[in-house]
Amino acid sequence: MYNNSISIWAEKLRKREVSSAELTQFFLKRIEKLDPQYNSFITTCNEQALAQANAADALLAKGDAPALCGIPIAHKDIFCTRGVLTTCGSKMLANFVPPYNATSVENFARAGTVTLGKTNMDEFAMGSSNETSFFGPVKNPWDKECVAGGSSGGSAAAVAACLTPGATATDTGGSIRQPASLCGITGIKPTYGRVSRWGMIAFASSLDQGGVMARNAQDAALLLSTMASFDAKDSTSIERPVEDYSHTLNTSLEGLTIGVPDEYFGEGLNPETATTVQAAIAEIEKLGAKTKAIQLPHTKLAVPAYYVIAPAECSANLSRFDGVRYGYRAELKEGEGVEALYVRSRSEAFGDEVKRRIMVGAYALSAGYYDAYYAQAQKARRLIQQDFVEAFKEVDLIMGPTAPNPAFKIGAKGNDPVAMYLEDIFTIATNLAGLPGMSIPCGFVDNKPCGLQIIGNYFAEGRMLNAAHQFQCATDFHSFEPADIA
Amino acid sequence: MAWETVIGLEIHVQLATKSKLFSGASIAFGAEPNTQACAIDLAMPGTLPVPNKKAFEYAVMFGIAANAEIGKRSVFERKNYFYPDLPKGYQTTQLAEPIVGAGYFDIQLDDGESKRIRIHHAHLEEDAGKSLHEDFHGMSGIDLNRAGTPLIEVVTEPDMRSAEEAVAFAKQLHQIVTALEICDGEMAQGSMRFDVNISVRKPGDPLGTRTETKNLNSFKFMEEAIELEVERQIREIESGNKIVQETRLYNGETRKARSMRSKEDSNDYRYFPCPDLLPIELDDEFIDQARARMPELPEAKKTRFINEYGLSEYDASIITTDAKTANYYESVVQLCKLPKPAANWIIGDLAAQLNKQELSIGESQISPEQLAGLLVRIDDGTISSKGAKTVFEALWSDGGTADEIIERKGLKQVSDTSALEAIADEIIANNPKQVDNFRAASADKQPKMLGFFVGQAMKATQGKADPKVLNQILLSKLTGQ
Amino acid sequence: MDRAEIENIAKLAKLHIEDDQIDEAIAGMSNILELVEQLSSADTKNVIPMAHPLDALQRLRADEISENNVRDEFQAIAPETENGLFLVPKVID
Repeated sequence: MYNNSISIWAEKLRKREVSSAELTQFFLKRIEKLDPQYNSFITTCNEQALAQANAADALLAKGDAPALCGIPIAHKDIFCTRGVLTTCGSKMLANFVPPYNATSVENFARAGTVTLGKTNMDEFAMGSSNETSFFGPVKNPWDKECVAGGSSGGSAAAVAACLTPGATATDTGGSIRQPASLCGITGIKPTYGRVSRWGMIAFASSLDQGGVMARNAQDAALLLSTMASFDAKDSTSIERPVEDYSHTLNTSLEGLTIGVPDEYFGEGLNPETATTVQAAIAEIEKLGAKTKAIQLPHTKLAVPAYYVIAPAECSANLSRFDGVRYGYRAELKEGEGVEALYVRSRSEAFGDEVKRRIMVGAYALSAGYYDAYYAQAQKARRLIQQDFVEAFKEVDLIMGPTAPNPAFKIGAKGNDPVAMYLEDIFTIATNLAGLPGMSIPCGFVDNKPCGLQIIGNYFAEGRMLNAAHQFQCATDFHSFEPADIA
Repeated sequence: MAWETVIGLEIHVQLATKSKLFSGASIAFGAEPNTQACAIDLAMPGTLPVPNKKAFEYAVMFGIAANAEIGKRSVFERKNYFYPDLPKGYQTTQLAEPIVGAGYFDIQLDDGESKRIRIHHAHLEEDAGKSLHEDFHGMSGIDLNRAGTPLIEVVTEPDMRSAEEAVAFAKQLHQIVTALEICDGEMAQGSMRFDVNISVRKPGDPLGTRTETKNLNSFKFMEEAIELEVERQIREIESGNKIVQETRLYNGETRKARSMRSKEDSNDYRYFPCPDLLPIELDDEFIDQARARMPELPEAKKTRFINEYGLSEYDASIITTDAKTANYYESVVQLCKLPKPAANWIIGDLAAQLNKQELSIGESQISPEQLAGLLVRIDDGTISSKGAKTVFEALWSDGGTADEIIERKGLKQVSDTSALEAIADEIIANNPKQVDNFRAASADKQPKMLGFFVGQAMKATQGKADPKVLNQILLSKLTGQ
Repeated sequence: MDRAEIENIAKLAKLHIEDDQIDEAIAGMSNILELVEQLSSADTKNVIPMAHPLDALQRLRADEISENNVRDEFQAIAPETENGLFLVPKVID
């Protein structure tokens, strides 16, 4: 029963076959027993979770509870949770207990979900392997010597190991889709602005977008329908009604046109991954969709543009971590002043990758370099977006690989940031354009999961989840699970 | 050849909104430290800014008053630097696309000439918090109540040529923003702060190297700081030294200035568009509505006061110097319909009292209603001018209405003709010698001699006789006319 | 990228790089900058920079006080406070 989907658990809760308290305790026990091998949680919220579960049970007993009432989930440790440690994977916030909730956390709380705990992540979401976490790397449930991907590696591993039926996550350059791919689960990052960024600790504000991870598209649709909202507290939130993504899951794919970008099957792609993804696309065709080769000619600019824009924004976003009002504060020596407070607090509490990106960003914005780096990257960003705008004049969805390779060994790319950055080569462009993207399991390469990426037009989440669900009705890649989680 | 002074100003004007530029925390002055600093103002992780519409309305009103082009599209940028009173580590401000473009103000100089001072632009930005340097065991305390208060920073062209011109401009700007009611104008609370860019040159030469004296919050300090800096620059150049581009601080108490930092240590601010905020576009309707909401500006008000209330140019200009005085004046006039006495009392006794107590007109102990009540009683002869002063003082210190005070203190003049006639008859009867002398005197000496009888009558009425009525009665009885 | 440059950037970012890590930091930065250099190959003539993924405009908030005094709650998680103030080593202008 550990691997039941959210919709099954919801059904059982509504029929009172199981109580939320029992369900919550069941998953908390699984986490306690199994997570030491994965390190997917930074914090578990036993007491609070049981209190929430009891409240949910009371609501369920009344009979008019929301769809997700009583369902336990986990939140990526980037979302502020009132009264619960929120570290963002950093020593900087290793003691940070915010007195406020992120809007997403609030939305889930209002829907009656239970928060099992906070999941591990790359420090400040900067990384593609979860190795930059101050709390240690997450291990991939499919191969514990391998990375779970990042930055939402904790959420992905927790879902893959059935330590939680679903989890929130964030995606700035692929941080939902890449770990979902590497851990063999379903993850969706909606259109920029669909999920509120309030209370979601910023990495790169114009790229960050919250989303969800689950074991299948149907569950992801349930979670996303709850998480998405218009939020007046986030200036970049979109004032547009949220769809019920569950409603359109069963629409036929007949007549759908799938664009397959030539650029996503070129250099750098593992040949087996290519074959696996192509087979999955062929499967979609069998369901009635047509495919069409398309070109996204500025794809090669995506990684370079991203590694200017994201660091530039992060260099400013992380300036607030100065040891004055919250978070880590260095012990100063006699006679040291404010400058030392800043430099020592930041140098002692930020990890290498975070420091590197802050430095790159500060450099790209500094006098004399702005035009060559930042302004040029913003122009490249427009070219990349225009590629998609053109493509979506002819196709309904775009499909291709999520990550160029399956999960790699922990430590394998530790000394080569650029090699690590190239792991996000297929996911970054959608963040630059603000488009929704998702990854669903579509097979195995080297006995490790391989993901199919689905990119939609703005606000086409319903269409993407529909295609994913239809694929999952016809295949069973999503129901495979790692060996020793039972 | 004499040196020419070149001055440009950057003025920070705190906008009189209720809440902050990017958060819903109050900006009221004087609260306990950090009680008006919400999660956004504290730059808590994950918090986000949403701009205040009123701040844009106020900035647009300023732009219209400054004859400037309104930036229908404006963009917030981040100006990056670390300082304990800057919680985010960047200030959200405008650079490339400000809300107010180029404009100008015409200022009146003391010699009656008018001079045009060009505005380079004005932009919206957030204020920083405050560092308090009282000793907390060798540490500084940070109060973030002010952090996020909306400001417009007005940047002029280097069009001023003397401290007097700079001060005249500053005063006019003060007058305009208070008239627009977009700023409370409380200089002592930092509602307007001036940075002064100063250089000197020989007339006709290119601009000299400038220094910037920061954060002056009174016209007096501004004038002193400019004069001091001009003297210093001339002295330096004349002794063969070069002026170093630097930021300076002026201490109004010691009347000394010192260098704060040179250009070499200045920060590389790494401006870039704030990704948490979107471009702001204001449509014509927004601008028209702001225009419609604009109150009368001081120049127009002055002209109206001359025409409508018959005030002299001088009185009108004093009363319209700031909007609060003008409003006070108009309230009084509306209540008592006595425009000239109202002006005299406001410019005279009221101003003197406010000055003495170092209060602004907003803090006056006498309300327009109270003053109007007093003026009516002067006008209808109920009290003498001496009595009026007594009433004024009592209004200030004890409150109440003029009528209550007149009653309580027994200040009502006797102007009842029959009562005064009886007194006059009695005095004439009791002083035959003086009456004979008066009647024998020539007409030009009589008025002076009348004083004796008036004095006697006043004594008899304990000073409460209406002197006008009394004079008339005595004169007619003595001359038999 | 040389030592002076990286030290200047570290200063702006309020970060300290240990002496024995400067070379590594320079190499790391240079690698990334090399990757980023590829941007110069893009023909961006007449392309308008894109700061936001959506061409949306800013909403403005009504001028209302919506926040209460949260000092105690927030200062409870602050490293050092006294009399309602956040304390830092003495600030000298």
